[in-house]
Amino acid sequence: MFRNKSVLITGGVIGALSVILTVFGNPANMGICVACFIRDIAGALGLHRAEVVQYLRPEIPGFILGAFIISVFAGEFRTRGGSAPLTRFFIGFFVMIGALVFLGCPLRMVLRLASGDLNALVGFLGFAVGIYAGLQWLKKGFSLGRSYKIEKGNGYILPLFAVALIIFALISPSFIFHSTKGPGSMSAPFILSLGVGLLVGILAQRSRICMAGGLRDVFLMKDFHLFSGFITIFAVALVFNFIFGNFRLGFTGQPIAHSDGLWNFLGMFLAGYGSVLLGGCPLRQCILAGEGDTDAAVTFLGMLLGAAFSHNFGLASSAEGVTAGGQVSVIIGIILLTGLAYLNIAKSFSSNKKRR
Amino acid sequence: MSELIDARGLSCPQPVMMAKKALDSSKESELEIMVDNATARDNLLRLAKHSGCKADVTSDGEDFIVKITR
Repeated sequence: MFRNKSVLITGGVIGALSVILTVFGNPANMGICVACFIRDIAGALGLHRAEVVQYLRPEIPGFILGAFIISVFAGEFRTRGGSAPLTRFFIGFFVMIGALVFLGCPLRMVLRLASGDLNALVGFLGFAVGIYAGLQWLKKGFSLGRSYKIEKGNGYILPLFAVALIIFALISPSFIFHSTKGPGSMSAPFILSLGVGLLVGILAQRSRICMAGGLRDVFLMKDFHLFSGFITIFAVALVFNFIFGNFRLGFTGQPIAHSDGLWNFLGMFLAGYGSVLLGGCPLRQCILAGEGDTDAAVTFLGMLLGAAFSHNFGLASSAEGVTAGGQVSVIIGIILLTGLAYLNIAKSFSSNKKRR
Repeated sequence: MSELIDARGLSCPQPVMMAKKALDSSKESELEIMVDNATARDNLLRLAKHSGCKADVTSDGEDFIVKITR
């Protein structure tokens, strides 16, 4: 019973805290954005040199460690790996490219929608079509193969990396970059961001909330369980945006957004397409990585590199619009993921069956 | 006679898709699906509920066996 309600509770908490984080200093409609925050972390580590998006966002290590702590307590920490890690790395890379052309992960897409940004509605349509397209490959037998139980130590690596990020954020060594202008310079107080990250990590682990899984299960089985979390994030963020006067309906002048419809659609198409092939959205990958899934940890690293590439090579969009490199990368991403999906159609599931 | 499907280690939503396919195509009254994580276990329980079937879970070491009976 708790499981049914937990996804609603998680959605409500994410919706409320996302708006509250912006009230305390996070960039507009960016209370939580897994793609933007991984990009900021890539910048803080000097993996890209876009000076306006460099900050060690504590929310991301919070998600990973929240999921790690609660999964250990709940007996659900299982170290596993071996399910096509390089392919997952590659898909994670392109999910990030798509998200940064749109300017937000699926979660920020919902938050943007809840503040009246209609470009996010176009993004949502692309995301939904991307999920539907990815699902067709799953129906044809697409699989990245099994993961297997491996020794526990392997599962500690990404949580330890998260701890290292928090330590770097606290002591700010000279090799860590921190924006003095732009979105990277805007943040809620460290302790609040970390606290929200940990809480969301804990709740997301318990509820299994997933932005891609929500729509996927609706298409696949008419099951609205996960999608109810998606709707709750939207509804609660909408109410909070009205309370704090953030709601403004329209396409133009929306914060950290562009109004190029085609690329909002295609960027989120790529993010949705890749997320379904991976089995979960960027937030879900962080949570799985915290639970000991080393394939999800590799996906996280793919997203980190994707973010670094996006800003090193001018692929990411900005409020000024989409770049030519971003457009080409999204098209290449869609083509490559389609090829990968085709090449990973498992011959048969019959070997999985036994009679007894 | 029951059918056992080994869906351990597969990403979402493959365990559920395998179970659904088996429910749609098999004539067996019982179906057992082996999974290795709580998320897949819960998804299978939800599938059983949606399909109007009964479901029981037994633990097998770190794995779970979900038995769906129609």
